[in-house]
Amino acid sequence: MTTKLLTVSPSPHVHGDFSTQRIMLDVAIALMPALLVSILYFGVGALKVVLVAVVACVLFEYLIQKFLLKVPVTITDGSALVSGLLLAFNVPSSIPTWMLILGALVTIGIAKMSFGGLGRNPFNPALVGRVFLLISFPVDMTNWPKPRLLDFSFVDAVSGATALGKLKEGVMMGETVDKLMMEIPSYIDLFVGNVNGSLGEMSAAALLIGAVYLLVRRVISIQIPMSFILSVVLLTGIFWLYDPSRYADPLFHILSGGLMLGAWFMATDMVTSPMSKIGMIIFGLGCGLLTVLIRLFGAYPEGVSFAILIMNAVVPLINRSCTPKRFGEVLK
Amino acid sequence: MLSSIVSLSLIGFVSASVLFVASKKFKVYEDPKIDQVEKLLPGANCGGCGFAGCRNFAEAVVKAGKLEGLNCPVGGSAMMIEVGKVIGIEVLASEPLIAVLRCNGTKANAVAKINYDGASNCVVAHALFSGESGCPNGCVGLGDCVKVCQFDALYMDEQTGLPVVDEEKCVACGACVKACPRCLYELRPKGPNGTRVYVACMNTQKGVVAKKNCNVACIACMKCVKVTDSKSVSVTNQLSYIDTNVNAREHGPALIGCCPTGAILGVKIAGIKSVKSESNS
Amino acid sequence: MSDLKTFPKGGVHPSDHKLSSQKKTLILPLPKVAKIPLSQHLGAPAVAVVKKGDQVKVGTLLAKSGGFISANIHSSVSGTVAMISEATDTSGYLKEMVVINVEGDEWEVNIDRSTDLKLEIVNTREEIIEIVKNAGIVGLGGATFPTHVKLMVPPGKKAQVLIINGVECEPYLTSDHRVMLERADEMLVGIKIIMKALNVEKAVIGIESNKPDAIEHLASKTKDYPGISVQPLKVMYPQGGEKQLIKAITGREVPNKGGLPIDVGVVVQNVGTALAVYEAVQKHKPLIERVITITGKSVKNPGNYLVRIGTPVIDLIEASGGLPEDSGKIISGGPMMGKALTSTEVPIVKGTSGILIMTDKEAKRIPQSNCIRCGKCVSVCPLGLEPYLLYQLSIKRKFDRLENEDVMNCCECGSCQFTCPASLPLLDYMRLGKLEVGKLIRSRKNN
Repeated sequence: MTTKLLTVSPSPHVHGDFSTQRIMLDVAIALMPALLVSILYFGVGALKVVLVAVVACVLFEYLIQKFLLKVPVTITDGSALVSGLLLAFNVPSSIPTWMLILGALVTIGIAKMSFGGLGRNPFNPALVGRVFLLISFPVDMTNWPKPRLLDFSFVDAVSGATALGKLKEGVMMGETVDKLMMEIPSYIDLFVGNVNGSLGEMSAAALLIGAVYLLVRRVISIQIPMSFILSVVLLTGIFWLYDPSRYADPLFHILSGGLMLGAWFMATDMVTSPMSKIGMIIFGLGCGLLTVLIRLFGAYPEGVSFAILIMNAVVPLINRSCTPKRFGEVLK
Repeated sequence: MLSSIVSLSLIGFVSASVLFVASKKFKVYEDPKIDQVEKLLPGANCGGCGFAGCRNFAEAVVKAGKLEGLNCPVGGSAMMIEVGKVIGIEVLASEPLIAVLRCNGTKANAVAKINYDGASNCVVAHALFSGESGCPNGCVGLGDCVKVCQFDALYMDEQTGLPVVDEEKCVACGACVKACPRCLYELRPKGPNGTRVYVACMNTQKGVVAKKNCNVACIACMKCVKVTDSKSVSVTNQLSYIDTNVNAREHGPALIGCCPTGAILGVKIAGIKSVKSESNS
Repeated sequence: MSDLKTFPKGGVHPSDHKLSSQKKTLILPLPKVAKIPLSQHLGAPAVAVVKKGDQVKVGTLLAKSGGFISANIHSSVSGTVAMISEATDTSGYLKEMVVINVEGDEWEVNIDRSTDLKLEIVNTREEIIEIVKNAGIVGLGGATFPTHVKLMVPPGKKAQVLIINGVECEPYLTSDHRVMLERADEMLVGIKIIMKALNVEKAVIGIESNKPDAIEHLASKTKDYPGISVQPLKVMYPQGGEKQLIKAITGREVPNKGGLPIDVGVVVQNVGTALAVYEAVQKHKPLIERVITITGKSVKNPGNYLVRIGTPVIDLIEASGGLPEDSGKIISGGPMMGKALTSTEVPIVKGTSGILIMTDKEAKRIPQSNCIRCGKCVSVCPLGLEPYLLYQLSIKRKFDRLENEDVMNCCECGSCQFTCPASLPLLDYMRLGKLEVGKLIRSRKNN
């Protein structure tokens, strides 16, 4: 044919500027402040963990798509990059490299690809990887290095328990919260990130900066994080008022552990969270409730990952029961 | 130790009795013939009979007590005779059928004038426009028929852009007939030794217009009627149709030879190149 | 501007690209041959009353309305009927058309071609409806629903307010905008006529705030027309949709499952329709021409033209500087809901609001990827549907469930597909679902 063919397609003939790639890139950008803080406190080790996790996740996705499933390779959509980043943010910076690579394999291979790849996984891949590692290697996964500001030496850091861990242990031993609070970092430390903890979860401030960026870019909406955090505040508040000597105050609970990371970045994962606004609120409330139950009464000091994973399983049910109101619905 | 054995046995016993009572009390009587008929059926749940699944078909057969309007095209004549035996009636053997695509608008015959860029679905494209070649009756080539075929008997030929029926696998369930928005499929008898002849065109436009869009369109020139008789070949709506009873061996060569545009195709007819089909290769 | 009214749920913001909004409407020269389709409206096709060889003038009746929901077709040119035959329409299918060889420009004698404004409305309600019906006027916003049917309020119902749709929420298009600026007085008299026909006291002209000159112009003009007011609206697609516009202006919701605007006491008419009503009632001129936007990023002179119905699209394209080299798609209508043309030879019809030319690059769809369940389609759907679900059900051919999920409510505005980060063909498959569910409903009715 010499003449050029006209294209015919059904309307709409234009497309907005939203794309999966852009969303994933935005999430990655939003995680950068927290990454910076952890490099400041944990040194080059943190950077190494992040790089290994990201490269491993992207590589596993490429290998599985190319050679195992023989489907088009979609690593350029950035979802493996985000999974890798989030996995790295959820492990201690002292984690052995082989363990991290194993975690990446579980994240991509089991939690994502076995369900059919991006968009089809019922559970947050990075959290599945994290929980797998936590259950399989509890010692390494709870060996938190102490933060040392701007110390880039490769000397093994002194390790210790997280604030939540210390609190839980202490309360079990029969000590009062007041006394324990002396030993654990101040709220300011918790806020800026000068604490023991997973690589990316320590600094509430840095995570909030990223969260604001995501909100502005309309990648996430406020419903899930808000209901998640508010329900934690409410529930821990009730217990705190009931017995301040056994339960810590709400501010401590929202600043410590993985709550900020979980609420803003993990629970809001589009694939594994509900679609409607009401559904999102229910999802956030469920996450908050479960987190508090595990933190106060469970065997683990921290419950954000488990809470989100459990609520992930409920998402299809929430989606089916929270349908939006149809326009012009005739009320009976 | 002892208490656990006793309590577990007790639980088992109680549950068993509950189940026993329930199965007696809530038993729904079902005609055993339904099971017998269902066992005979292919079990593909293809929907070719018009029912949701084989079980529904079996229920309908037993309930009706006759086979009028009820047929499982997949099981074929031999199986329907068996089904007839179960419900106590005699069934006459019928000829095996096969799905035939009545369009030969290949990429070469019907050259694309427009580029379609939408959902890969024939119904969507059909509702939108007349097709890449411009022929409003021709195959859109997006493979709805391939998607609905439960028997893997259809595949898209990348070169021609048309679907191909696999003679060995096609059971004439009729799913493709229903799926095609342009009604291009017809279930025709396989023919003696697999020989058959048919008009591979559904274009009802006037000859001049039809030829503009496709080289092998039927232009209703009536030549095919002249070489046979008006009973075997009929022309309505600017389109020729060869009756399914026409003996392909006898009339095939003449019919195919007379068509000026090559709209008439034959399968396994002596001296004539067959339409591409799996069984020939 | 946040205090401006709009509809509360859903909607998107496609970029405006109103390239021709400041271009004065020009008159397109007559075509050599006019092809006038017999089905330019929603409903039954009209039945031809002329035959080959007949001499026709501008305004001569060519075909009579073929049913209750149908419309008359008039000749837009003078000349000889060459043939009444089938020719390809916008979608490439054959449709009955009256082909007229144009000779001169002779008008039917009773048509008043002067430009004087005729203010006084002498006709009664019944007469107005009859004139509108005879003039073959249909909704010029794009849906082409016969206007006289809308003017006949069913017994037992009462129209309280007339809404005039000057939203023009489709990107690129500016024909309604130009009508509001250049023909404001005639249009306002047209609105008065429609108000009389409907027996309503109040009319509201809804205009989006991206047309401040039109809002200002009409606001000053309406001072002389009691009962008519202008309502500026926040820019939001698809506000030009009837249901969304009613919700935005009155806060009322047209009931779903077959509800009509009249159920909430509202009738909506397009600004172009109001002008056509004026011309028919006051000047005895049937619907034979309309204002059309020719636009596109690559078009040399985007503009607005007064075009006779039946003119080939190519004439309009030539007037705007010719078809650009890299054209990949020609759309009749706007980019959100318009229809891609299969050829440039097809005629302009009553429902053509604009011709949009897209370059090769714009014409191609973005390759699709997996659904990431972001829920954006749910949040932008103005009708409260769940496009992702309807899409999946449609692919799986679960049409009975589709019906329960209210697929028939979809207005095909395309917001879901516009916003989908995975570029899924959501609307394509929802249309498939609508087609199949429609078949289900019809077969149920027949049984």
